Amino acid sequence: MARRENSEINAGSMADIAFLLLIFFLVTTTMDVDSGIARKLPEKTDEKPEVIIKEKNVLDIVVNRNNQLLVENEFVEVTDIKRLAMNFIDNGGGLSTAKDGKPAEPCDYCNGAKDPASSDHPTKAIISLQSDRGTTYGMYVSIQNEIEGAYNELRNKLALSKYKRSYKDLLDDYKDNGSESLKEKIDFLKDSYPQIISEPEPIK
Amino acid sequence: MSKFKKKKKGLPAISTASLPDIVFMLLFFFMVSTTMRETDLLLKKPVLPTASEVKKLEQKSLVSTIYVGKSKDARISGDKIQVNDKIIDVKDVPSFIFAERALRSEDEVKYMTTSIKADKEANVGTILDIKEQLRDINALKISFSTTKGSSIETNYKN
Repeated sequence: MARRENSEINAGSMADIAFLLLIFFLVTTTMDVDSGIARKLPEKTDEKPEVIIKEKNVLDIVVNRNNQLLVENEFVEVTDIKRLAMNFIDNGGGLSTAKDGKPAEPCDYCNGAKDPASSDHPTKAIISLQSDRGTTYGMYVSIQNEIEGAYNELRNKLALSKYKRSYKDLLDDYKDNGSESLKEKIDFLKDSYPQIISEPEPIK
Repeated sequence: MSKFKKKKKGLPAISTASLPDIVFMLLFFFMVSTTMRETDLLLKKPVLPTASEVKKLEQKSLVSTIYVGKSKDARISGDKIQVNDKIIDVKDVPSFIFAERALRSEDEVKYMTTSIKADKEANVGTILDIKEQLRDINALKISFSTTKGSSIETNYKN
């Protein structure tokens, strides 16, 4: 017989090979998930639109190089910002801007104090964050986080009363199956409480 | 004597035939759940601030990361900016973004996000400079990279 009986291939070293590959992947890859506070920068435009904004529609947050905070000229702690921002945004003391043929109307979903000296409408409420070049980044992120938290909580409240579901729930659902009706709901919530954050030039 | 010998080889050896299968399973798990490490940090590893309202960054392939932190050399003060494998100046940030854009197809460009991984002790001035540069070239989606947590006090208290 010319052909020899095929002897079985020795699989004993298979484990070693697999281990080698495994260790290679363990070393060269990372597992960290990158998460953070998402922000959208305003587009750069040459022409400066002349918009007159009432003082009462702006919440002034100033932070200095010693990480001290002023909100509307009062000394506060970072943890107060969320409450102050929510009160300010949700105030609804006046009318919204008339646009697309829709007349200006009062905020029918706001639960605020309706204080005439505070913001008119959530779509008009601007948060201005003036920082110093020497402020630490941690402080800056904390303030951004609190502002984001204020908006999220307001949207959440509206979502619960309107759709009987939390805002986070809606977002998660939209990520899994992006249906049109969900997008409509989320857009409605976002339009009801739009994030208008202005960051003027830092203090030198 | 022969009786004694027989008793000694009672236990058979454990079969290692399934060992490769187990290891391969582990291997596939790691291949799927991890991503390739791209950069070696030339800076001191930034201590990210903590935040509670975080969003996960989707589509890692569309994220370009900018690191901001102190130099490893303690004698060099000030914030340093690192992209890919080199330390750059603020004014070079646009060229980095352009290089990143060139690697992606045209319709992906508008979904590209810039993730800023900065040390919590870094100066806001540096971050705002980077933001200004990004605005100039219309890279508007940014993310301040943070770790998820509820105790934001650690961000500004030493």
